[in-house]
Amino acid sequence: MDEQTKSNIEAEIASQDIVLFMKGTPVFPQCGFSSVVVGVLSHLGVQFKGVNVLEDDALREGIKEFTNWPTIPQLYIKGEFVGGCDIIREMYESGELMELFNSRGINVNPQPLQG
Amino acid sequence: MAMEAAEIERLIKEALPDSSVAITDLRGDGDHYACHVVSAAFRGKTRIQQHQIVYEALGGRMGGELHALALQTTPLEEEN
Repeated sequence: MDEQTKSNIEAEIASQDIVLFMKGTPVFPQCGFSSVVVGVLSHLGVQFKGVNVLEDDALREGIKEFTNWPTIPQLYIKGEFVGGCDIIREMYESGELMELFNSRGINVNPQPLQG
Repeated sequence: MAMEAAEIERLIKEALPDSSVAITDLRGDGDHYACHVVSAAFRGKTRIQQHQIVYEALGGRMGGELHALALQTTPLEEEN
């Protein structure tokens, strides 16, 4: 990938504690898998930034090369790639994700389940 | 484009001969699968590393020919 795309990716990852490369936005996800991760993060009540790869083809392909991971969504926590939808869902269900946030000093504010 | 479940299983077993592979076609369209792989090769590896082993077995088809694969990996337990 070109240098500009690489710096863009690095800047995004450094911009906030939790950065989610996804399809669509947190308010309007455009893919079921991205939607699941947004749901998990919202339920844990953590602050995160959604980066919409659909807006930029170079970014969409670049992030796969950068992370060495073939699919979107991709969740970065304090600069470290933690996983895609399957891994995040598994970690959420086992309690590992909450533990990871706690151990990294990230504010968690679990929301009650709706309905 | 889509892939046959049998093809997915074949590729994974080629890379991980000891594995057991369970595949479900989630929508019956050959393009959205759930797959659970159990293998001793996963021992001592992080989930990310385990999933990357499976993606590599699929030889770059993930994200291209294969649109969606819900993946679960389990290290094969040691025998006592």
